[in-house]
Amino acid sequence: MASDVILETRGLTKEFRGFVAVRDVSLRVKRGSIHALIGPNGAGKTTVFNLLTKFLQPSNGHILFNGRDITAVKPADVARLGIIRSFQISAVFPHLSVLENVRVGLQRPLGNSFQFWKSESVLDRLNGRAMELLEDVGLAGYAQRPAAELPYGRKRALEIATTLALEPEMLLLDEPMAGMGHEDIDRIAALIKRVSANRTILMVEHNLSVVSNLSDWITVLARGEVLAEGAYAEVSRHPKVREAYMGSGHA
Amino acid sequence: MATEIHAVRRETAAPATGRPATPDLLAFAALLLVLIAAPYVLYPVFVMKVLCFALFACAFNLLIGFAGLLSFGHAAFFGGAAYITAHTVKVWGLPPELGILLGTAFSATLGLAFGALAIRRQGIYFAMITLALSQMVFFMALQLKFTGGEDGIQAVPRGHLFGVIDLSNSLSMYYFVLAVFLFGFVVIWRTVHSPFGQVLKAIRENEPRAISLGYRTDHYKLMAFVLSATLAGLAGGTKAIVFQLATLTDVQWQMSGAVVLMTLLGGIGTLFGPVVGAALVVTLENYLAASNLPVPVVIGVIFVACVLLFRRGIVGEIAARFGGKRS
Repeated sequence: MASDVILETRGLTKEFRGFVAVRDVSLRVKRGSIHALIGPNGAGKTTVFNLLTKFLQPSNGHILFNGRDITAVKPADVARLGIIRSFQISAVFPHLSVLENVRVGLQRPLGNSFQFWKSESVLDRLNGRAMELLEDVGLAGYAQRPAAELPYGRKRALEIATTLALEPEMLLLDEPMAGMGHEDIDRIAALIKRVSANRTILMVEHNLSVVSNLSDWITVLARGEVLAEGAYAEVSRHPKVREAYMGSGHA
Repeated sequence: MATEIHAVRRETAAPATGRPATPDLLAFAALLLVLIAAPYVLYPVFVMKVLCFALFACAFNLLIGFAGLLSFGHAAFFGGAAYITAHTVKVWGLPPELGILLGTAFSATLGLAFGALAIRRQGIYFAMITLALSQMVFFMALQLKFTGGEDGIQAVPRGHLFGVIDLSNSLSMYYFVLAVFLFGFVVIWRTVHSPFGQVLKAIRENEPRAISLGYRTDHYKLMAFVLSATLAGLAGGTKAIVFQLATLTDVQWQMSGAVVLMTLLGGIGTLFGPVVGAALVVTLENYLAASNLPVPVVIGVIFVACVLLFRRGIVGEIAARFGGKRS
């Protein structure tokens, strides 16, 4: 049953009032791989992400997850199927503590999220698992601090910990390294490598050294269309890709 | 305007972090003592009015402070319940507790219907839809037979609570109102500090992220809306028994505005802020009514001063200054 391809798109297209942001994109993400989506600014990478997680509704085309057509599924339900995304700007709950942030991720499967008559202390039994997750990303020492007080790189780590709390089958990371300093980049890259062990990761990333180190497969987008696909060495030699990144190749 | 409210809310929301705080418990104990002693010092009807509006404001605050939804139609729930309670007690001859219960149930149902329509939209559009729907309730109150049009429903008997306690005695009435208020307040407190409250805060802080974690956020918002409408109805029904009347004032849009004002003055997203805000506004109205000053102008000036000087509201500002950073 476990087919080789976990996520597939067929002819994915998104039009905004006549402007085609994504045109006929067909992706095949292999199970267990780290798949990177790269391309110059405005190539439609984030739009593809929003389409995959259903934050945007495609104008055309299909999305299949584990062979099931999820084109018409709502965003929260996509998450319930096991695809959890991150955001370009670190998405934490700023006024909740670091520990509470992770517990929001752990809480849903308990099925008590509508119980307004119970004390929140019933959530304390999640603390053990939450601390484990925080330790995993090096945030155990910050557990009681409001998330808003964390430095940027640590917010991203917290976001990943919250994401992992849901045990997702697949992670979609939207520019996980955006706005980070060197040591943070190394730490998050190592973290991504580590959590990819039994998961599939699809990420949008601008930092090409990170992309070359981490990813098994790369899809290059330009102007909303797939320009090239392959392993890093292969793709980086591709003349069209060089042109898209460097500007005109004729100079 | 929507973003402004957003900004105010973010600033005031800080105390939500961490365990049930001892300062909260101490403040609650102090409030309780003051309220138990109040009718011996102050005019009981005045304090009852404060309590009804305080509960109304607390219910409203549950929605704006903890779910981040600005409703501009809460008068429909407050006034709607007042009419139902007044009618069932006066015409059907129900005992007061049942009348209030029916009024509250009516508001809960109305909240479910209004909420289901309004939460499809965000920000200012949400506020406008709630306003439009509440105006419909206003016109119904004006036109329907049983509501008495411009006169409203007057001379509602206070009756006997559970058939034994005579509510025409103002002290009995007072302690009944106090019990209703405390019940509502504790329900809100519990809701805020419940598994549900935790998700609600997460949605308020970052809705797309909550969705991406698999929460169907509309369901949570609707739940918060219904809870808020229900408690606003409880306040309105109780008010109808205290003052023995339900009038158009209760369902007018100014009433929706007044509750926004009370909550803002006291401090959005704080547990005690709406109580303080309601007490302040009701007190001002009462004392200014006797003077020659135009009441709305004075309250307006105070409101502007508040927004300029302490945007977190009275309680929010105190909490920020003395509570400091809770670890």
